[in-house]
Amino acid sequence: MNIGLFIPCYVDQFYPHVAIATLQLLEKSGLKVSYPLQQTCCGQPMANSGFEHLTNPCSTNFIENFSTFDYIVCPSGSCTLHIKDHLHDEKHPVEAASIRKKVYELTEFLTDVIQLKKIKARFPHKVGLHQSCHGQRGLKLSQMSELVAPAFSKPESLLQMVNGLELVTLDRKDECCGFGGTFCVNEEAVSVKMGKDRVADHIRQGVDYITGGDMSCLMHLDGILRRQKSSVKTIHIAEILNAG
Amino acid sequence: MNDTLKNHATLAEKFNRDIPRVDWHDKTLWFVREKRDKAANQIPDWEKLRETASQIKNNVLSNLHDYLVEFENNAQQNGITVHWASTPKEHNEIVHRIIQQHGVEHIVKSKSMLTEECGLNEYLEHQGIEVVDTDLGERIVQLAGEPPSHIVLPCIHWKKEEIGELFHQHLGTPKGNADPQFLTSAARAHLREHFLHSKVAITGVNFAVAETGEFVVCTNEGNADLGVQLADVHIACMGIEKIIPQRKHLGIFLRLLARSATGQPITTYSSHFQKPRAGQEMHIVLVDNGRSERLGSEDFRNALKCIRCGACFNTCPVYRRSGGHSYHTAVAGPIGSILAPALDMEKNADLPFASTLCGSCTNVCPVKIDIHDQLYKWRQVLVKNGHVTRGKKFSMMSMRFLLSHSSLYNFSGTLGRWVMRNLPSLVNNKFNPWYKQREMPQAPAQSFRSWYLKNKQHGK
Repeated sequence: MNIGLFIPCYVDQFYPHVAIATLQLLEKSGLKVSYPLQQTCCGQPMANSGFEHLTNPCSTNFIENFSTFDYIVCPSGSCTLHIKDHLHDEKHPVEAASIRKKVYELTEFLTDVIQLKKIKARFPHKVGLHQSCHGQRGLKLSQMSELVAPAFSKPESLLQMVNGLELVTLDRKDECCGFGGTFCVNEEAVSVKMGKDRVADHIRQGVDYITGGDMSCLMHLDGILRRQKSSVKTIHIAEILNAG
Repeated sequence: MNDTLKNHATLAEKFNRDIPRVDWHDKTLWFVREKRDKAANQIPDWEKLRETASQIKNNVLSNLHDYLVEFENNAQQNGITVHWASTPKEHNEIVHRIIQQHGVEHIVKSKSMLTEECGLNEYLEHQGIEVVDTDLGERIVQLAGEPPSHIVLPCIHWKKEEIGELFHQHLGTPKGNADPQFLTSAARAHLREHFLHSKVAITGVNFAVAETGEFVVCTNEGNADLGVQLADVHIACMGIEKIIPQRKHLGIFLRLLARSATGQPITTYSSHFQKPRAGQEMHIVLVDNGRSERLGSEDFRNALKCIRCGACFNTCPVYRRSGGHSYHTAVAGPIGSILAPALDMEKNADLPFASTLCGSCTNVCPVKIDIHDQLYKWRQVLVKNGHVTRGKKFSMMSMRFLLSHSSLYNFSGTLGRWVMRNLPSLVNNKFNPWYKQREMPQAPAQSFRSWYLKNKQHGK
């Protein structure tokens, strides 16, 4: 199984340790993983701003970097969803269609493809899981509170396998944090208020860490926590699953 | 893009200057969302119910012309006068003409978002006709000189103390009395006078049944019934999408409507109007106002399935924290943000961006409108039609250039991180909206790519 590691641009630049944890986690499971060096960005920031028509070069570049792999794995629900829903390229329609099918968010890949049943990780802390909307409602990584349907959660099941980890129950288990791409600056007031409310919910439950599958949401929540000089930290789920 | 237009972000920022109020607004509406969840969970086949409603509405939209003609024929046979209006202006003129024919200067109106959409109150008042909104919430905002902030809960942004003060000013209730029971009684007495003296009553329409030519009006207060039962003339105003094929389909929609709206099993009054009573006149005004055009748009037609339950408002984390008036349109919230640009793209170009695309709206929608996908699609349409600031366009063009060349992307990343580490004041300043209430991420010395090249590329 030949895995292509798709690292979101902002993770590459600001959170290399998250990418390293993802890579190590996959390698621990005995997988052959490569990081295509010419990758940049999936194009989502432009597309969500209404400029999908400008994303062609990103799409072409993505296809050039990733079309040869059996699977593409990404530690971000949001970027994965963008590729799944919006990767199109007139010159390479077959490759684009194939990539849309073989791109996976990390926790769904671990759960559904390699069907990980055991994790050798230890993280003796109280943790709150922030469900990022694109992963949850877009990729359906967890059941959504709006629907009348049986509960499940891929990231939660993985976290339950971690030694010493105590997962808290939130008052609002899947409310958006307000990051929302360019929304976080264009609608600064509402974005920050949403983030503050999410942070407060986790703090009410007495967490040490807020984790999640998307560093973008965590970057936003972390920015608020640090401004508040809170002792609560954010950590990507890959780092927890790779801990100890 | 015209920068002087009303803008959601600016209005929402104003709303957020009073944080305790934002918290109260958020909690009040979240309470309604939770009530909705409880009601939905009591029906094991809830998702099947949504799917069935969605399919019935799809059928309606695919055969709208035939159902409308069927409805018109049956309604006419029942003795109802049917009017057609293609624009708000036509709608308002038709209503005005009927009122004039009866020489009336005061009328009562129960809740109708369509008349809000058409600006009927303003129009009639301009013609010298006093319109009294009889829904309690609508009456409150009407006395305050405001539009509703929510399609189901029009005065949800008003606290009871503020309503007490408003009633003191307008209805002469004792100053400082904010007891909801007392205020409701005062409103009831005040409205009763208007009910008794209005010869014309206007209602909205929740569902119009093609098969029977009847229409159904749902209220919790019975104000629609009281108005029309006491009036000589009943005028019902509806958008053409409110048609359902058969009476039996009400069994689907009535179960969904109130549960989605407020968590009630059904509205207190679901009144069927099939023919005028002896001596009464009954009119129905069918309004298009851009709906038939939207019907032809594959991406946006399904917004016409909306039954105006307001569930997408209550669940929307942005709506709850920005208030209905920040949407500056008759129908606010997520559904309003996909309806309004179709009515006026320039004025409402900001609304599809007043969302994080979290998708909660789509999940609560009882008729399965793909609201968040349509928000995304509207963004594309708005940008293509030039409704975007130059600054944003420039930054997107730059981003495209940067991300098209991996070497340039890597170079800029390195440079950017160096600046953030060594000259933080270039980034951490008042011109950076991120930094206003959040710290910037801490820039590491090397990117993952650099780490990978050092540690993985050369034989580990």
